[in-house]
Amino acid sequence: MSAGGSTRVAAGGLIDRDRRLGFSFDGRGYVGCAGDTLASALLANGVALIGRSFKYHRPRGILTAGAEEPNALVTLGEGARAAPNTRATTVELHDGLVARSQNRFPSLRWDVMSAASCFSPLLRAGFYYKTFMWPAGFWEKVYEPLIRRAAGLGRASGLNDPDHYDAAYAHCDVLIIGAGPAGLMAAIAAGQTGARVLLCEQDFVLGGTLNAETLRVGDGSAMQWVTRCASAMRDLDNVTVMTRTVVFAGYDGRSYAAVEGLTDHHDAAPGCVRQRLWRIVAAQTIVATGSVERPIGFGNNDRPGVMLASAVRTYLHRFGVRAGERACIFTTTDSGWRCALDLAASGGQVAAVIDARPRVSERLLQAARQRDVPFYLDTQVRGVTGHQHVRRVYLDGPGAIRRLDVDLLAVSGGWNPLLALTSHLGHRPKWEPAISAFVPDALPPALRVAGSVTGQPELHGCLTQGAQAGRDAAEAAGFGRSSVMAPPVQEEDCTAAPLWRSRRARRKVFVDPQNDVTDSDVELAHAEGLRSLEHFKRYTTHGMATDQGKTSGIIGQALFAQCLGQPLAAVGVPIARPPVVPVAIGVIAGSHRGRDYRPTRRTAGHAWAQSQGAQFVEAGEWLRAQWFPQAADRDWFASVARETAAVRRTAGVCDVSTLGKIDLQGSDAGEFLDRIYINTFSTLPVGKARYGVMLREDGFVLDDGTTARLAEHHYLMTTTTANAGRVMQHLQFCHQVLWPTLDVQLTSVTEHWAQYAVAGPRAREVLERLVDEPGRIRHEAFPFLSATTLTVNGGLPARLFRISFSGELGYELAVPARQGQVMLEAIAKAGREYGLIPYGTEALSTLRIEKGHVAGNEINGHTTARDLGLGRMMSSKKDFIGAVLARRPALVDPHRPALVGLQPVRPADRLRGGAHLLRPGVALTPQADEGYVTSVAFSPAMQSWIGLGLLRNGPQRHGESIRVWDPVRSGDFEARIGPPIFVDPSGQRVHG
Amino acid sequence: MRIHCPFCGERDAQEFITLGQATGSRPDPASADAPEAFHDYLHLRDNPRGASTEHWYHAAGCRSWLRVTRDTVTHQVTATELVAR
Repeated sequence: MSAGGSTRVAAGGLIDRDRRLGFSFDGRGYVGCAGDTLASALLANGVALIGRSFKYHRPRGILTAGAEEPNALVTLGEGARAAPNTRATTVELHDGLVARSQNRFPSLRWDVMSAASCFSPLLRAGFYYKTFMWPAGFWEKVYEPLIRRAAGLGRASGLNDPDHYDAAYAHCDVLIIGAGPAGLMAAIAAGQTGARVLLCEQDFVLGGTLNAETLRVGDGSAMQWVTRCASAMRDLDNVTVMTRTVVFAGYDGRSYAAVEGLTDHHDAAPGCVRQRLWRIVAAQTIVATGSVERPIGFGNNDRPGVMLASAVRTYLHRFGVRAGERACIFTTTDSGWRCALDLAASGGQVAAVIDARPRVSERLLQAARQRDVPFYLDTQVRGVTGHQHVRRVYLDGPGAIRRLDVDLLAVSGGWNPLLALTSHLGHRPKWEPAISAFVPDALPPALRVAGSVTGQPELHGCLTQGAQAGRDAAEAAGFGRSSVMAPPVQEEDCTAAPLWRSRRARRKVFVDPQNDVTDSDVELAHAEGLRSLEHFKRYTTHGMATDQGKTSGIIGQALFAQCLGQPLAAVGVPIARPPVVPVAIGVIAGSHRGRDYRPTRRTAGHAWAQSQGAQFVEAGEWLRAQWFPQAADRDWFASVARETAAVRRTAGVCDVSTLGKIDLQGSDAGEFLDRIYINTFSTLPVGKARYGVMLREDGFVLDDGTTARLAEHHYLMTTTTANAGRVMQHLQFCHQVLWPTLDVQLTSVTEHWAQYAVAGPRAREVLERLVDEPGRIRHEAFPFLSATTLTVNGGLPARLFRISFSGELGYELAVPARQGQVMLEAIAKAGREYGLIPYGTEALSTLRIEKGHVAGNEINGHTTARDLGLGRMMSSKKDFIGAVLARRPALVDPHRPALVGLQPVRPADRLRGGAHLLRPGVALTPQADEGYVTSVAFSPAMQSWIGLGLLRNGPQRHGESIRVWDPVRSGDFEARIGPPIFVDPSGQRVHG
Repeated sequence: MRIHCPFCGERDAQEFITLGQATGSRPDPASADAPEAFHDYLHLRDNPRGASTEHWYHAAGCRSWLRVTRDTVTHQVTATELVAR
């Protein structure tokens, strides 16, 4: 199948050769083992060609054995569950796994777009700024669609994500990120003190690089030591180990975000939670994320068969896979030599170790001679050839040897600490010359680093640092001093020298294989005048792919620094931002999707409204009945007209429980309300209600509503549904910040009371059937704007307010929310003989527009009390919030648009909200715009559309005509301006 | 970000609503320069680099207004207290 000679070796590794798992790649079936990743299983099957590259469609294989993989990206799963750009190196193999290669047509091996490589001069860095520019119209129609189709990696399914995602919080004393040598050691040390330890590991096994380690740790193998640590942690109740959990971001306040994979590694039943988002709050944190090996720049360094030496060792030791039949190792590190020795020890052929360094420790040379591994010092790899896989390596050195025929080139160019988590809060790393890499410098509060992330190259050093960090973190979190010490480890060679690019490298040298950025792109960016690393990065897209340049990013930066003639230490690194690894957007959204984006609130009478066939509408978080269709209604329009007319003729009931209700008690409650409202409430008699308007401090209207005085020191305020929370916040601010000495207590009681408006000429008769003492609500005993507590339905405590939004005789009856449904049923039953019907928010709105009552359309944050015709309510005898700034000249300008009523000259013309108001006959210019329509309704009483609007000099223009122009919905007709009241202008009905 | 509510303990910043910098007390509405004083009180804020004292409202908690001293560079909260004591 492939030119790769990778095979499974007979024994060893953390795989179960007896548990065979079937999977498919590009439609072809393969078999792997339990414990495999998709990458190791593909290698075990000799598959080396995994995908095609982003821009040039070059063949790509497997470079790494971890999350830093730039090349081996596949689409995992099918249909709506397809996850594009998944790194094969991190995918845990399960039976039935389906994966596909990406960005190829018609097939991975025969990809027609690979011809793009021939046009590569046209596709260089910043090509979209320069090429394909002419003719101008071609970009949008021709070039961009073509390039978009050719470039890119996997495709999103375009379907709704059917999976479930969860979110959870975790709190701990010591958070340890990474369960490699340092992380494990830290967890053992901190755990021993009793501190709550949370150890997060992105892999599905613990141990990190220890799973590819041949050094002895303590008195056994490295893997045995990992097993012992795992069982020691199981014995400690205070230590929680989370595998498949990647901590992807660090935030202020010692908070971290992590994603835990739950079902991606097996065939889960539908409905299971796929991933969980963790917000972790840690008193102390230890970042033990380790480091990744970096490659070296040489020609065709992206060819399948070129692999990091550490990955070769991981596949060999952890997965029992030898990544090639005949290997060459190109290294500038001592660890590269250990790769060669391990391959040779496993029975593999090692053609040569190529070390760019002139001198290497005698111990390594001795070991190589013992294994019959040839080596060439002071020698470099210029490049490799091979159509879809490495076949030949070209050398450049003092010796006579110029080429080697191999199928695996293991590369080791040094180690890059994985320090992103230490810099998410803006802390910059520093250059460490000893390892030629950037290491953490200043650290966020309560955060420590341990292990190779610090630049520590030796295993024993990493273990020692881990133990130290674990002890220190537990102590800093308030626990005792742990006595745990690191186990002894065999001595090792671990020197390294930097080599970014071979001195006579052939073309092309990829410095960012995932985004197809080459060394010549770096030089081009510099030649075109880019001098800042951040600009260079954006121009070339270097390091901006999903791998964020974890492996070779530093090579591009080093070459750019060379162009600048500056040391890399001075040029620095780009700022690392979350997430550390790609995170599915679904897990961030969690359950907050679609209907579940926010909670749905239902009133106590919801079920009753449903039983009456109500159509519901969202009002903020609430669901409110919009209208109640009846069989005879032609459409919703007819339903609304019928409900409106019934309230004017007989009676209706409407659920108004969603209005905000705030209970105010205290000896200064009246005084407090006087400072909140523009009108006065301290003089309101007990048992009375009053309409009130409150302003923001800048003089504009904040909200309105009715407030009743239930007792000497007890008021009940109502707010609009939309502003309930905001008004509460405002009142709390005024009380706690502005006037803390006032004796008043504020309690939100919105949810405590179910409230029903009963309105219409027969409303009182209906209520008399319900109230236990009907005599108390006779007209004389309970006139308009009365408020009282009483009992209904034989002893049910209730509050009754004689208030009206409809202009009819009206009441609002409040009962404890739990009794809402019962009350609503009782009202409907009592009202049947009086012709009472339920009405929804549409009829409610029509009734209030007929009466010119303002609502959210008019109280829109831009209107003053004067604009709304409520200016006379503003007391001049007292201070209140907004009083001073409401007197600003611009806010008292008599020409300001103010509230008017509008009625089309021809009744058939339909008014629409938002339509512009202009003087008839004038040119349609923005300057001629005199106002706009705010609310509209079809009035059964007027048999016409009616509306409210805000119009310049409106109150002085009653009787005039105005042009109503609605360019969006093609409305253009004349309307008559009048007072904002259409029904019962003298207001007799409310007193009926 | 985490904020220590003196009433509820340390909580996630998502539970709070901020009103921005805590300015001086509400001006005297009867004074001659009341319009200017109110304008300054309402609209003028410093934009410090470093310590900033702000009003935060524990909306999803005890509904207390807090005076929070926060470093605008590091987001480190150095002090929190109830405004009304």
